[in-house]
Amino acid sequence: MFAAIGAALALSLMPLSPANADEVGTDQYDYVFAGNVQYNGEPLEGVTIEVSGNGYDAEVATDADGKWAIGVPEKESYTVTLVEDTLPEGVVVAKGGASQDREFGQTDRSSVNFFLGEGVRETTSFVNQLIDRIVNGLNFGLLLALAAIGLSLVFGTTGLSNFAHSELVSFGALMAFTFSVVLAVPLWLALPIAVILSAAFGWANDAVVWKPLRKRGVGLIPLMIVSIGLSLAVRYTYQFIYGGSTVQLPGSGQAQMQWGPVSLSWIDISSMGISVVVLLAVAFFLLRTRIGKATRAVSDNPSLAAASGINVDRVIRIVWVLGGGLAGLSGILWAYFRPGVSWDMGFQILLLIFAATTLGGLGTAFGALVGSLIVGMLVEVSTLWIPSDMKYIGALAIMIIVLLFRPQGILGRRERIG
Amino acid sequence: MSNNFEPDATAAAPAVVTTAPGAPSAKKAAPVKSINLHQGEIVPGVAKVDPIIVADNVTRTFGGLKAVDVDHLEIPRNAITALIGPNGAGKTTLFNLLTGFDKPDSGTWTFAGQALAGIPAYKVAGMGQIRTFQLTKSLNLLSVLDNMKLGAKNQAGESFLKSLFPYFWRSEEKEIEAKAMEILARFKLDTKKTDYAASLSGGQRKLLEMARALMSDPTLVMLDEPMAGVNPALTQTLLDHILDLKTSGMTVLFVEHDMQMVRHIADWVIVMAEGKVVAEGPPDTVMQNPAVIDAYLGSHHDSDLGDPTEHVSAIKELLNDDDKS
Amino acid sequence: MIDWAQLFSNALTEIVNPTTAAYALAALGLAVHFGYTGLLNFGQAGFMALGAYGYAISTLTFGFPVWGAVLVGVGASIVFALILGIPTLRLRADYLAIVTIAAAEILRLIFTTNNFASVTGSANGLSGYKGGFAALNPLPEGSYGFGPFEANAYDTWLRIVAWTLVALACLFVWRIINSPWGRVLKGIREDEDAVRALGKNVFYYKMQSLVIGGVLGTLAGMIFILPRAVLPSNYQTTLTFFIYTILLLGGAATVLGPIIGSIIFWVLLSFVSGFISRAVAAGWLPFMDSVQAGQLRFIIVGLALMLIVIFRPQGIFGNKKELAFVK
Repeated sequence: MFAAIGAALALSLMPLSPANADEVGTDQYDYVFAGNVQYNGEPLEGVTIEVSGNGYDAEVATDADGKWAIGVPEKESYTVTLVEDTLPEGVVVAKGGASQDREFGQTDRSSVNFFLGEGVRETTSFVNQLIDRIVNGLNFGLLLALAAIGLSLVFGTTGLSNFAHSELVSFGALMAFTFSVVLAVPLWLALPIAVILSAAFGWANDAVVWKPLRKRGVGLIPLMIVSIGLSLAVRYTYQFIYGGSTVQLPGSGQAQMQWGPVSLSWIDISSMGISVVVLLAVAFFLLRTRIGKATRAVSDNPSLAAASGINVDRVIRIVWVLGGGLAGLSGILWAYFRPGVSWDMGFQILLLIFAATTLGGLGTAFGALVGSLIVGMLVEVSTLWIPSDMKYIGALAIMIIVLLFRPQGILGRRERIG
Repeated sequence: MSNNFEPDATAAAPAVVTTAPGAPSAKKAAPVKSINLHQGEIVPGVAKVDPIIVADNVTRTFGGLKAVDVDHLEIPRNAITALIGPNGAGKTTLFNLLTGFDKPDSGTWTFAGQALAGIPAYKVAGMGQIRTFQLTKSLNLLSVLDNMKLGAKNQAGESFLKSLFPYFWRSEEKEIEAKAMEILARFKLDTKKTDYAASLSGGQRKLLEMARALMSDPTLVMLDEPMAGVNPALTQTLLDHILDLKTSGMTVLFVEHDMQMVRHIADWVIVMAEGKVVAEGPPDTVMQNPAVIDAYLGSHHDSDLGDPTEHVSAIKELLNDDDKS
Repeated sequence: MIDWAQLFSNALTEIVNPTTAAYALAALGLAVHFGYTGLLNFGQAGFMALGAYGYAISTLTFGFPVWGAVLVGVGASIVFALILGIPTLRLRADYLAIVTIAAAEILRLIFTTNNFASVTGSANGLSGYKGGFAALNPLPEGSYGFGPFEANAYDTWLRIVAWTLVALACLFVWRIINSPWGRVLKGIREDEDAVRALGKNVFYYKMQSLVIGGVLGTLAGMIFILPRAVLPSNYQTTLTFFIYTILLLGGAATVLGPIIGSIIFWVLLSFVSGFISRAVAAGWLPFMDSVQAGQLRFIIVGLALMLIVIFRPQGIFGNKKELAFVK
């Protein structure tokens, strides 16, 4: 993608004197495109101009006066292109585009102007851009995974589709902001405090709202609706307390550095590092520890787990604490990724978190991880083809398509007829 | 295996004979059994004189285990056939396959001459094959009468455009209601017509489900454990209704565990174990078949086929850890 | 001091406000989806957006007359319902909810992106499409109504059209629900397999329900934009959540519930937020400022939704015995 910055300078129309201009085809054909390439009043030599159309292709290089002419067989419309790579460093086509469709007016000659300006051309190849996006997507996917695992485990163990999960994410970032900025606690202390508070908030969610409702026997769909109401109330309470604007955590917005084809800042690298370490810890917990296995057992098959003597209530409590803490950490990393802390930052990615869990299969932690990585990378990589303000569409569309063929998600469990 | 019947039963049409004394006594006369339903020697998959369902090579696998693996099976028309077998034998899975609620991995079958494999459940039901469910699916949020009306076939009022204009369905509704009341009266549920189905007892809901099944004048009625959860006082009533189905010209296929009931009303018994048909025949002979006794006593019980065993890995790990410690 | 007269008057006007009617219509559509068929459609905002943009774009970019624009919106709605329904109707409730939100968000992102700005106005939206509708107004210039309900000719015309549409929609829904067709829907709502086992094509009925409820949502979207402008930010998921609140308040599986629910919702919300704003201005609530007063209304709606669904899920007019989504 070509970026053009700076003032555009008009190309002055010089009287055409074919005698000294570099020309192609002007002797054979009657109709001629011609022009003069200049920048800052100086003529540019050796710039390639191409003409194509109606089955005819030709190219020419500008001479020492910056002049060029190309003859064409028919009085028709052709595409005239200035090959930007042949411009000197720091010069690009500023306005109007490097490729123009031109035709002839009353005369047999048509002059073609290119507006040049100062600019930096990114000549990165497609593959390099792809790699860069994949790595950034990985970063995003990893922080999504932290949030998604909690959501998936809550669903697996209690059946609740928790639309208020995004508020746990925001909570982590808001706490990090409160401690590190408002209370001026050093960052190395503020962030762990924020995560611990998030875990506590997760526990509180279950203790105050969800457990009593489960005991009351409220059905799953009403519970989902309760979570919607809760998310609305909590989110606007955040706005009530913190206001509507976006603020930054200390250390945000650091410079991007080039690591080969990829551009990352130290924050991006730390974020990915932290995510990977934490995810590995969670994986170890789920696979190797007794409680972790019990958690997976309850999440896979709640009735069987209860029947085999597992303390389901304890497992659920642990899931909420773990889920809350992970979501809070995810919020902090999201605050550095965006960058910015705001009242609705969690809500902005709620749908992506749900897409990730649904895509991976509701109820499995590993499904959440797989789904998050796919969603994260899709969102970033898709910007190579679709405009960045539509980048979420790709991830959402993939989720819908996968569910079309595999309604339970990638790693999810199938329901049987009774 | 002993064979009490004429070897060339193909020549003889199925005959109807009263059973020997020893059947459980009832206020009514003992059930009139059909005999000579089969053609040739009685082996699993034996052909029937007048089959209503003919199934070939039906298989269904769940997570690596074959839940159903039936080479050949025929269900006799206008008779009461019982499908028995230990838990996990694949009976309900076979039911689900035959009625279109599940897709087989392989296999073809015909119902009254029409090929059915792969046909969706609602179409199968529309062709005259109505099933009930193990866990009764009476629609609790509808009234008893609405439940019944829902059972009727080919209602003009069920088309969206016609529903807008009562002219198209008012009289049909009246006919359906009359028919529903008549059936409800037979099942002694007519006084409950405006009650929500939820307010009925479990046994009454079973009756309702059966009554509802009759609204569409089915050819084949498939009952999945009709006696499950029904108190003994209601059992006889249910049995009588099932017998009535046969006298009305319908075919009945039911899954059951209650052997007494099976012996009492079934004309033909099919025994499944581990997905296969291990024996079939008239009730008395089948009960003495060593293969059947084998199946029930569970010489092959380690492979449990009932529910998919996919999502128990975590529990297995926990149990393994317990064993190690 | 607080201007009580103004406060009450504002709250009362919500009763006839066409926006109230629009929400009522959208909630009625959702009653068909969720109340009567058990479809957890969380994309009703998307259907409304289709109505809004379908109408506005047909009028502005293609110069269609009012009836043409309405037909375009309705047509888009039906196509969207079909596209949405085919993959989603066989999904379980929770998956269906997420997929419908995703579909509605995809629509909103398409309407917000700068790429189609020439047609959609991107984030700034569209305006200037009311001419055709205003031209149909038979009422001469002047003021109509009395007291707090006084309004000019355009607004009165809009009120008449909006509420007539609501009345017709109510009759329509009542008719189809209390018919054999409606009976099948109610069966599906409770147990699809039971209905399948009785020979009904469950997918076909669910699709019809989705289309019908969606068209009602689309018509609601068209009414919604006539007193204001088309702005994509109006069609976020929060809009669907408000409609659910209204639906549950009135009674999910009733015909009048969505209507009365909408009226009560808007009257109460107007009164409560009006009161809080005035209280803050009068210095009664010193810990709050006026911006926060505006945020309070969302907190209230969220809490209200939670309380309704926990303590009175059948809403005002509903029958607890007929509720399919409560165990």
